[in-house]
Amino acid sequence: MSEYSGILIYAQVTREDYIHTVFFELVDKAKELSKKLNGAEVNAVIFCRPGLTRTFTEAFQNKGVNKVYCFEDEKLANYSTDYYSKLLVDLVGVIKPEILLIGATNQGRDLAPRVSGALGTGLTADCIELDINEKGQLAATRPTFGGQLMATILCKTYPQMATVRPNVFKVNQQDCFVQTEIVSCPVNISYLKNNVEIVDFKKTIDTVINDLDSAEIIVAGGKGMKNEKGFELLKKFAGSIGATVAATRTAVEMGLAPQSIQVGQTGKTVKPRVYIACGISGAIQHTVGMSGSEHIIAINNDENAPIFDIADTGIVGDVFEILPAYLNYHG
Amino acid sequence: MKIALCIKQVPDTTDIKWTEHNTIQREGVESVINPYDTYAAELALNLKSQIEGSHITVFTMGPTQAESMLRKTMALGCDSAVLISDKKFAGSDTYATGLTISRAIRTVMPDFDLIVCGQFAVDGDTAQTGPAIANFLDIPQVTYVKDCIDCSDKNLTLTRELEDGIETVKVSTPALICVMKQDFETCRAKINGIISAAKKPVRICTMEDIGLTPEKTGIKGSPTYVSKAFRNVSTHNAKKYKMNTADSVQLLRETIEKHSGGCDE
Repeated sequence: MSEYSGILIYAQVTREDYIHTVFFELVDKAKELSKKLNGAEVNAVIFCRPGLTRTFTEAFQNKGVNKVYCFEDEKLANYSTDYYSKLLVDLVGVIKPEILLIGATNQGRDLAPRVSGALGTGLTADCIELDINEKGQLAATRPTFGGQLMATILCKTYPQMATVRPNVFKVNQQDCFVQTEIVSCPVNISYLKNNVEIVDFKKTIDTVINDLDSAEIIVAGGKGMKNEKGFELLKKFAGSIGATVAATRTAVEMGLAPQSIQVGQTGKTVKPRVYIACGISGAIQHTVGMSGSEHIIAINNDENAPIFDIADTGIVGDVFEILPAYLNYHG
Repeated sequence: MKIALCIKQVPDTTDIKWTEHNTIQREGVESVINPYDTYAAELALNLKSQIEGSHITVFTMGPTQAESMLRKTMALGCDSAVLISDKKFAGSDTYATGLTISRAIRTVMPDFDLIVCGQFAVDGDTAQTGPAIANFLDIPQVTYVKDCIDCSDKNLTLTRELEDGIETVKVSTPALICVMKQDFETCRAKINGIISAAKKPVRICTMEDIGLTPEKTGIKGSPTYVSKAFRNVSTHNAKKYKMNTADSVQLLRETIEKHSGGCDE
């Protein structure tokens, strides 16, 4: 039997000093997994500036987090691959969790492989499902080959590490209060060098960009939107129904939209109530990021486009006729 | 600046075909250079043109067929190439792959200044191998690199395209960077580049050449393994409507209202 026990989850602190929602999604999932691991503890690790952890105490308690290992230091106010990975590796060496979960944000995807390499343990990236198998191992399922094939991956070493993208798991609205123990951890980094210095940060001005996670309606454009004018039309349409704009990789590569609003395998995963795919052929690389939407409307003039295979409502027609007409009637 | 450029040959995932048994048909599938690695190559070539006396060695890990991709990349202006190839590497996961590539770089190019990788590979899309290589070489990493705005042998100033904005960072060499899509034009091979690339040698590195043992690479050296693979099947039930524009607009309107719980006028 392994000496490793408990589930440790990385609580990412955003630049605005709140905890990234993917953490809470992971906690709820971990609570489920814990039931199959004889009630293993669900614990968190956080790196932040001094005094910040206690402001999250209520959130940790309501979510049923047993222990929070906190590393607080001015030097940890911003993410640093060097500091964070070193401290996380040291912590894992001491508390020996059987599972380590990290949100697959930009930061998580920078941190996780570094930590897995240093610990000499396996890591499964961008999982869409986590379960415990009959042997008590973490069974992590992830898409491969552009989302066309799903693979369930097991890990021979401990901790078993996995990253999961935001929005893949739903936050459970029911709370399960526990008295969270906050464990202050010593920050031994004086001998380390932070090799990457942040000299500037510009928040992306376009406000539609960061709304994808919480958007109720998303209007997404693909290659079929043809050019910038097409995307202008898309934005107008989105504006008229209070929707957020997204794009496929092809549209991003055509320079029609920024990478930050890309949905799909190499972009974001979204789950709005309504997803309106305009001029999107439905390559699996795209659909893997949006197929969890509650209702998918596809508008495409090619009735054989694969997008219709995953849509709930398929409208065969020209977006350049339908959207302007929509704006005329209802805009 | 001595640059190691890491690239990967991937199946053309836009053209996947299925067998009757829901497994991926591998025969006759075209292999292409991972698109993100072309951006990495562009950035490396850009750096080479800016810093005098620079040298780029291209590394790839894969079967011997990957040599043609190495030659194509040399034709763009890279100077030499290393094919990390051994049957014993088969089945490597990202951990074992990271270790293997890091050993090859350390063996062939111990005095490297910079390692340039693509941010993702489109077949696996784990975004792990770059940071794994950096870990094994104990050097700093900068992921999600959009552009290099200032460079010298000693320092690089890079922009990173992140979820919440654009971050500018400064890193000293040696370092590893993972590159996102670039704004500048894709490099094209020139005729004399293609001719000289055909003459350049491609060095082959086997497991023994880089000092690894079977326990450290391939299936045995991989902490993770695939327990099952299955096809991703959609659960949505498509209804397809082919109507005039007015009716399409009407349907669109009704569907949005019905499923969004009302929308703004």
